[in-house]
Amino acid sequence: MLLISCPWCGPRDETEFRYGGQAHVAYPETPAELDDQQWAEYVFYRENPKGPFAERWMHAIGCRRWFNVLRDTVSYEVLAVYRNGEEVPR
Amino acid sequence: MSRLPAGGRIDRGEVLRFTVDGRELTGHPGDTVASAMLAHGIIEVAPSIYRERPRGIMAAGVEEPNALLQVAGPCSEGMLPATTVELYDGLVASTLSGKGRLDPTPDPAVYDKKFVHTDVLVVGGGPAGRKAAAEASATGVRVMLVDDQPELDGELPPDTVVLTRTTAIGSYDDNYVLALERRTDHLGAAAPANVSRQRLWHIRAARVVLATGAHERPLVFAGNDKPGVMLAGAVRTYLNRYGVAAGSRVVVFTNNDSAYDTVRDLLDAGIEVAAVVDARPEVSVDVDVRILTGSAVINTEGEDRITGVLVRSLDGDAVESFECDLLAVSGGWSPVVHLHSQRQGKLRWDDSLAAFVPHGPVRNQEIVGAANGEGLWATRALWLVPSDSYDTHFVDLQRDVTVADVWRSTGAGMLNVEHVKRYTSLGTANDQGKTSGVNAIGVIAHALGGSVGEIGTTTYRAPYTPVAFAALAGRERGDLFDPERTTSIHPWHVEHGALFEDVGQWKRPWYFPRDGEDIDAAVARECRAARNGVAFMDASTLGKIEIWGADAGEFLNRIYTNAFKKLKPGHARYGVMCKPDGMIFDDGVTLRLDDNRFFLTTTTGGAANVLDWLEEWLQTEWPSLDVHCTSVTEQWATIAVVGPRSRDVVSVLAPDLDLSAEAFPFMTFRETVLASGVPARICRISFSGELAYEINVSSWYGLSVWEQVYEAGMPYDITPYGTETMHVLRAEKGYVIVGQDTDGTVTPHDAGMAWAVSKQKDFVGNRSFSRSDTARTDRKQLISLLPTDGTTKLPEGTQIIAGDVALTPPVPMLGHVTSSYHSEALGRPFALALVAGGQSRIGETLMAHVGSELVPVQVADLVLYDPEGSRRDG
Repeated sequence: MLLISCPWCGPRDETEFRYGGQAHVAYPETPAELDDQQWAEYVFYRENPKGPFAERWMHAIGCRRWFNVLRDTVSYEVLAVYRNGEEVPR
Repeated sequence: MSRLPAGGRIDRGEVLRFTVDGRELTGHPGDTVASAMLAHGIIEVAPSIYRERPRGIMAAGVEEPNALLQVAGPCSEGMLPATTVELYDGLVASTLSGKGRLDPTPDPAVYDKKFVHTDVLVVGGGPAGRKAAAEASATGVRVMLVDDQPELDGELPPDTVVLTRTTAIGSYDDNYVLALERRTDHLGAAAPANVSRQRLWHIRAARVVLATGAHERPLVFAGNDKPGVMLAGAVRTYLNRYGVAAGSRVVVFTNNDSAYDTVRDLLDAGIEVAAVVDARPEVSVDVDVRILTGSAVINTEGEDRITGVLVRSLDGDAVESFECDLLAVSGGWSPVVHLHSQRQGKLRWDDSLAAFVPHGPVRNQEIVGAANGEGLWATRALWLVPSDSYDTHFVDLQRDVTVADVWRSTGAGMLNVEHVKRYTSLGTANDQGKTSGVNAIGVIAHALGGSVGEIGTTTYRAPYTPVAFAALAGRERGDLFDPERTTSIHPWHVEHGALFEDVGQWKRPWYFPRDGEDIDAAVARECRAARNGVAFMDASTLGKIEIWGADAGEFLNRIYTNAFKKLKPGHARYGVMCKPDGMIFDDGVTLRLDDNRFFLTTTTGGAANVLDWLEEWLQTEWPSLDVHCTSVTEQWATIAVVGPRSRDVVSVLAPDLDLSAEAFPFMTFRETVLASGVPARICRISFSGELAYEINVSSWYGLSVWEQVYEAGMPYDITPYGTETMHVLRAEKGYVIVGQDTDGTVTPHDAGMAWAVSKQKDFVGNRSFSRSDTARTDRKQLISLLPTDGTTKLPEGTQIIAGDVALTPPVPMLGHVTSSYHSEALGRPFALALVAGGQSRIGETLMAHVGSELVPVQVADLVLYDPEGSRRDG
């Protein structure tokens, strides 16, 4: 049971959140101009790193806000939490 | 083989009566069933599971492999180690051959849970744990200590939260620990009715200290499983804690110094120790007993309980025999690293201790005392005693696995401990290999020639000790398993005999049988009423979301496949939303209340997901849009009044409205005040193809307005209907149910709704429709199927194959039935199905595979009833 610090509500149990997959995958501005491969990369392709991974979470039974988490996929340690629009912390 | 005259932490002033295997025995408060049995000289328990060999009590704690009990009670419980079951007056138990019985009686006991936070959690109340708790407490932080024993052997600072009879069973990410507290198990019939039997503690700790101690290992030699072979530490525990001598003449077999503490305590208690057999060539201890160094017990004597042992020098041939009724064994100690390892904590092999010890703690944890290898004894590894035959060298007593079995698996090519475990079932019994795991690894290393450290351990998984499912469930069972949602009209449905169907958490009326009707008769009657007269349905469970803000229209335009920006206030539109992959995600009718306000409905089961979806796009992709979403599902009650006579009924309820098709056309809505004074929003929406009105009122008035509809409809024999009739009516019209006729692989085009996909604007999923796979013409498409015999109702899920295909597997599958009903209106059964290239197969005959029969079915247009839509306006 991860302990995730919501940027607005503070540390809460994982079960209060919904997972949203890899962060920083922007919806293409002009999908019509993408070829099939480029569109498929947006729709289907995601990173699966061993180690730090920037991912999206939403505080579903709290403030219902989306934010980003940098999490180690090996140790499951939450390395950092940051708001939408902020850079991945280093 | 008896209770000592003094000593032990038992209350000799009180006598408890109990029965084991039909024998009436006595004991004292402070006893376990095992200690009280031993006090009567009883060490034998039920024979082993596979080989039916006699077995006896071997340990004094959770690691016990042999002495397992089925304890009688209001709901009998099995597989409880006799070494952990505290004695109470009137206890009745039988010993088990490795397999308990599940009592079919419902368990009347209450189980609950508690969720707590603490700065420091200490697991284990021995000296190391108590020291860690006291030190932490001195720094002013909140400290909690759990221990599986009924009492601690020492004091703790008064502000420490101490839970005894509590076992930490699982350790999870970020120091989330589950601990099971046994609150009344030790009280028997005296347990207070108002106290839960067991409590599962969910503990989140900033820091965890593991002080879980170590388990002693037995030694592996011929006949090492007989009653009377007992762990040396257990012999000492029975002596000192329970005042029980487990034997009258003892031989000790060891490879480390710890067993000499047992020797000394036995001698102090006046019990004869015939000899100590020590595998080490040199020993420097001072006890007044003959010590045979460099030697091993090579076999035990006796049919049941041992009567003696044979001893031989490890490098010689001379065999000496000793009479004894107890053999105390110590093969070294294994730190209890389970909770550490459950968190992927690393282990290292310590050669001098012959043990796996933690290789540094995991984040925000500490490991102290014997659990960290501290204070354990130098040990000379002796994984097995050489012999001619290894068929009674038991490694795992609970699974009856011997050295011969392990070698059979390594001989078969199992070179990894995980493979050996699964090949032999070693370590898979309910003791999870607590006494056998490391010995097994030693035996494997011996066979393969590697080092024990290189072989490594199997994976430690929660729970550390077995937990009843009832305790994991707590109060979340029966009615409290999942919330039940009911509409404001629900009491009427109950009163009128509705049968209910679960849709998500909602209880929806399924159908309303009249006297003697089965489902088919009731649904046929309800369908006739809706098609020929008037019927009404509680549609309050539909998800409802208000969308408001200056950009609400623009937002819905981007989310729905069809256009919403130019929808006029007062009008309604059916919309489909897709995920970016172009697959249908949800559908529903949306009303435009005014320029900046929409009222969106979703499927009953999809409401929460749709709200999540809308908020996700607004927050993460389009934060500049001025749009807000509010769930109003529970604020509105919705009553669908359906059928050619629905206008007559609604005209009585809403006299201020002009209900003519011209003044109040299809897919519009009107705000009005009902004759009863209740404000209402009435929509011309139809999920049946008939003239229909959906009356939306505040849910506070739902029941009242429902009753008004019922009364106004009486002259027309208005008929309540449920979800089954709703399904038949919608399927006759080819209206899909998202999640039934679609499954996340169906586009709007596949579902026959190309008309709902705009070509004028972009929306989520649009780009995917031109992907080569999505644009295929042979995709599975939703069509109707008419069984040509006119009588067979195809089971949902039925596979569809071509008419001329050979039935030699693999038979190519064209698709499957998603919905199937008997149509009262058509006078025949029909089905909806997803069939490859279905839209171009209209008129073809295919085969439906029903049981072992092939049923010919004709592919038909999706809309079977009133395809011209002539009934919509009444």
